[in-house]
Amino acid sequence: MPRNNCETTTVVTGLGQSDVGRRLGIDPLALTLDACYEAIQDAGLTPEQIDGVSTYPGPGSGGSGFNGANAYEVIDAMRLNVGWYDSGMETPGQLGSVMKAVMAINAGLANHVLCYRSVWEGSAQGTGGRKLFSTENQYATGAQQWTSPYGSLSAANWIALYARAHFDRFGTTEEQLGQIALNARRNAALNPKAIYTEEMTMDDYLSSRYITTPLRLFDCDAPCDGATAFVISRKDIAKDLDCQPIYIEAMGSALHDRAAWDQFEDLTRSVGSAAAQQMWSRTDLTPDDVDIAELYDGFSILTLLWLEAMQLVPYGEAGSFLEGGHNIARDGRLPLNTHGGQLSAGRLHGYGFFHEAVTQLRGTAGARQVTTKPQVAAVAAGGGNTCGCFLLSATDR
Amino acid sequence: MAEVDVPVRILPELTDRARHFWTGGEFGELRILRCQDCGYYLHPPASVCPKDRSRNVLPEAVSGRAVVATYTVNYQAWMPNMQLPYVVALVSLVEQPELRLTTQIINCEPTKVSTGMEVSVTFEHHHDEIQGDLWIPLFEPVKEA
Repeated sequence: MPRNNCETTTVVTGLGQSDVGRRLGIDPLALTLDACYEAIQDAGLTPEQIDGVSTYPGPGSGGSGFNGANAYEVIDAMRLNVGWYDSGMETPGQLGSVMKAVMAINAGLANHVLCYRSVWEGSAQGTGGRKLFSTENQYATGAQQWTSPYGSLSAANWIALYARAHFDRFGTTEEQLGQIALNARRNAALNPKAIYTEEMTMDDYLSSRYITTPLRLFDCDAPCDGATAFVISRKDIAKDLDCQPIYIEAMGSALHDRAAWDQFEDLTRSVGSAAAQQMWSRTDLTPDDVDIAELYDGFSILTLLWLEAMQLVPYGEAGSFLEGGHNIARDGRLPLNTHGGQLSAGRLHGYGFFHEAVTQLRGTAGARQVTTKPQVAAVAAGGGNTCGCFLLSATDR
Repeated sequence: MAEVDVPVRILPELTDRARHFWTGGEFGELRILRCQDCGYYLHPPASVCPKDRSRNVLPEAVSGRAVVATYTVNYQAWMPNMQLPYVVALVSLVEQPELRLTTQIINCEPTKVSTGMEVSVTFEHHHDEIQGDLWIPLFEPVKEA
């Protein structure tokens, strides 16, 4: 099949990540720059050569600590001269920012785009748990005017509704869902940057309190401080760089259902189906070619839904695929969330999965490296109306 | 009902586009925008019908009957003074396939709510000092005849 998709003319050249922790107490711009400078160096570049910046989410969105640094702050702090820059939340998931980098390079506006995602929710939220709203004179507006008055105040509530629908239609069980949390914890134990590393048993999981049924505390990711960065480069000039490039085989950005979290027509396909279908239409690889999967787990159920959306398991069968946890283990059929996901390695918000996929494809994941030399990785981020995915390859196909 | 007994809620901003939804309860009516040309119900409200592009969309009372499409029992105190647990649900109004609302199911043991349960609308009155009176549409199990 002839392939002239724009993503195949770009490569991932650089990877960077700051310290990651529950509450590091480090200025979020400094954390962000740690990741950015590391990614640039890893690409074999200098900041003078970076001519594009792309980030998620940009200003004015999310709760405390949701955004560690705006594009303007980073561009100024690094004194970059950019041909193109962008941020924004109305995009196909957190990795929509990486897709835009690919497009900017293909548009001829930049050659090396720095992409980053920075969070400091751990420090910003302090020790009191997530406080979503104050009750003082604050009205629900926008899409949330239809959910907040009903106590559907968190994405946990929004997605729990779809978890219940999957459980009801396919007989998916809490134990099956729990395997995602247990698997993440096992992998996190081998990740030096992970937040939670102590062993979790199924009893621990099942005895953790409900947040919003069927989701429990251990189905929810761990707010943290940390920044992750990539450099996306034009493939033809990346050849001359001292770096280990990873190839972008395909990406998917489509949204074919209602563009609102509580309006999906198919209650069991609330995550990324159209994006994944589009991604597969842009490559001659098939789901059988995928060696590892790094699938968003802001809530465990999102990973389960992504497994089906990405066609890595048949529709409706994710529950039985997860049974016992063997299939998704590092030595299983489809090693999943090999760094511990956001559930145990911290809520780096989408970018952590892409970072881990590149690390595994490079073979540099240390103690948690999948030993079968993975060549193709499926990466997905987001949920509901904000979903995007990538297929990455260790070789230039 | 005394004001102090009204549950803690984040109230919606009353916009021109959505005011009918939050105030129809004064008359015991659940009001949904409907295209006056093709009959299609729109939710959330929009000023143009997605089916025939008509701008002739007006609020109409619907029956208030619905079916629980899916639900979750929330145990987490997202704000101070919340009454826990409570049931958040997506309900499908009987008037049109996929005409869905997020709502709460009340007057029912939270653990007794199930997918497919038939429910009907009821209203919770709030007086807001800035925006005035509004009525939050909630749903409860249909009472056996």
